[in-house]
Amino acid sequence: MKTGRRRLPLAWLGAVPFFLYALLFLFIPAASIIAGAFKDAKGHRTLSNIHQVFQSQYIDAFRTSIEISVVTALLGGAVGLAIAYAALREGTPRWIRSGMTTFSGVAANFGGIPLAFAFIATLGSVGIATQFIDNVFGVNIYNSPVNFAIWSKTGVEITYLYFQMPLMILVIAPAIDGLRREWREAASNLGASSWQYWRHVGLPILMPSILGAMILLFGNSFAAYATAYGLTSGAIPLVPIVIGNFYTGDVLSNPHLAQALAFGMFVVLGAMMLLYVPLQRRASRWSR
Amino acid sequence: MEDYEAQEQEFWAKLEESEFSRSSMLRRSAAAALGLTILGGAPSLAAAARRAGAAAPPLKGTAANMAALVAAAKKEGHLNVIALPPDWANYGEIISTFSKKYGIGITSDNPDGSSAQENQAIVSLKGDPRAPDVVDVGPSFAVSGTVQGLYGKYFNSNFATIPRAMKDTRGYWTGDYWGAISIGYNASLISTPPKSFADLLKPEYKNKVALNGSPLTSNSAVSGVFAAALANGGSLSNVAPGIDWFAKCKSVGNFIPVQTTPQTVASGQTPISIDWDYNNFAYVKEFPSAKWTVTIPSDGVYGGYYCQAINATAPHPNAARLWEEFLYSDQGQILFLKGYAHPARFTDMNGRKVIPKALINALPSGALYSKVKFASLGQITAAKATINTQWPAKMGA
Repeated sequence: MKTGRRRLPLAWLGAVPFFLYALLFLFIPAASIIAGAFKDAKGHRTLSNIHQVFQSQYIDAFRTSIEISVVTALLGGAVGLAIAYAALREGTPRWIRSGMTTFSGVAANFGGIPLAFAFIATLGSVGIATQFIDNVFGVNIYNSPVNFAIWSKTGVEITYLYFQMPLMILVIAPAIDGLRREWREAASNLGASSWQYWRHVGLPILMPSILGAMILLFGNSFAAYATAYGLTSGAIPLVPIVIGNFYTGDVLSNPHLAQALAFGMFVVLGAMMLLYVPLQRRASRWSR
Repeated sequence: MEDYEAQEQEFWAKLEESEFSRSSMLRRSAAAALGLTILGGAPSLAAAARRAGAAAPPLKGTAANMAALVAAAKKEGHLNVIALPPDWANYGEIISTFSKKYGIGITSDNPDGSSAQENQAIVSLKGDPRAPDVVDVGPSFAVSGTVQGLYGKYFNSNFATIPRAMKDTRGYWTGDYWGAISIGYNASLISTPPKSFADLLKPEYKNKVALNGSPLTSNSAVSGVFAAALANGGSLSNVAPGIDWFAKCKSVGNFIPVQTTPQTVASGQTPISIDWDYNNFAYVKEFPSAKWTVTIPSDGVYGGYYCQAINATAPHPNAARLWEEFLYSDQGQILFLKGYAHPARFTDMNGRKVIPKALINALPSGALYSKVKFASLGQITAAKATINTQWPAKMGA
């Protein structure tokens, strides 16, 4: 046993750049938003901004944002999981696996205005796909009975799925790799059907990762601004767009109200984390 | 004595006061630049010190100090402009003519930006050499920009000939051109031409009617709401019927929340556009394949002007003032006319017979504009307040 003075763990020095970065670009901005949410135009402490957030137009924005985020997280998560498993299980050729991972890496980060314009060019009112369906099937999806519009909630959800599914694939791939082939073989040796394997072995093992990935997808969709704005020009109420209106618009000269809305977003995401913790604990029951 | 002249003399007397506050503002902006850039403080501080040490730009443009202004502007060597689409009132030609005439390079940022974004750029880019030197904003944004202290004072040499109603007598902003809200449509996609706001509610225009932006951020969209209000029983003091008209247009499925840009006109994504006449007339020549046609709506004719203002903390203050001199010279105003916009000094120039006959004939006939109504600043401010509360509620965001 070493005696004398304990040496400082120098390994911590390597993490200093990361902590500095997180401090400057994550904690300090977040703290200033939270502080600003409780100030009024003259800098005094007030709860009036929080009170104003509960007006119906902002509650509508939160409701729509949460709805779109939940739908794209669940749908994107489920489809992403299925695609990831299909691409990554043992029977599949290697080139599919590497091709899928590369494509997902690109697609998960392809968002914002370019994505919005790509979808407008495809599914917009004079988009390529719209015209193709019109010419070949004689159905204009922008008219009744379909009444589709790329700037509606459905259009935004479809566009978000474009980056949600690849993100799910990327995030769940290591977990699927962790599913050992031996467990599948053991289960079928004991007489389990495919459905029973998944219900009793596969999904319980994957569940903590799936839940974590879906929370990530929720947050990703909740905070998306440029994509939504590019598609809708603000036609459907979403929290990031409402906040954006305060800064690029002439709405109210009250940036503190925008900060209060951002604080509301922190609260929603915090609530999702709170939901996640007991779910995660329940899902990891088997490993304790 | 002219009212504005009396005010002008009053402000000449306050020149010392304003000099004092301007240099202290420069010092404050240098301090802000230092605080904002943790690592890059040194270069921007040096630049600010250089600016504070250089001669202050003139307050008034006269024949006497013009040569000095041109020399100072050429020394600065560059001009930053913002939100000037090249086909908006012929700004493309204006920018290239100015650049060639004085040898001053121009950076044209964010051409599809809104008036609100222009004011916001002045705030966010304060102390940055990329900040816009001059802005061209709607009148309500000019007023709020003045209140926020974003603009510097300047009386260009032709200030006296600009109509009283189109300028700020303290010199913070000046109206440069005006137009009327019109309906432009793609004649190859639209079989029945719409002639009024009432027409635009018909079912054959489903998913076809667009505005130039959102009335929460864009001055041309606010003016579209004014025009709709005039057409539907509202008035310059009451724009709620205009908002209701747009809500109705959206509920019958005709209104699309896509901002009209030259690209959407060319692609056919916005077959009908409610926008300024000079923009719609520019599209006629620019996109012959779209067979763009323009009408002034028969039930509501609303006119509006845009305002030139100089950034109080402009990185190139002399070039900014030279730009204003150019825009308000006969040459600059005729260039606006070439873009189908009515220049601010139209009456004065017409009286002196300096406008080429061909240009006067190219403008749409005066009869169409006989019913045009302009809103006062008070009415515009009140209308924006109404729009800010009612538009999100009735139209989504």
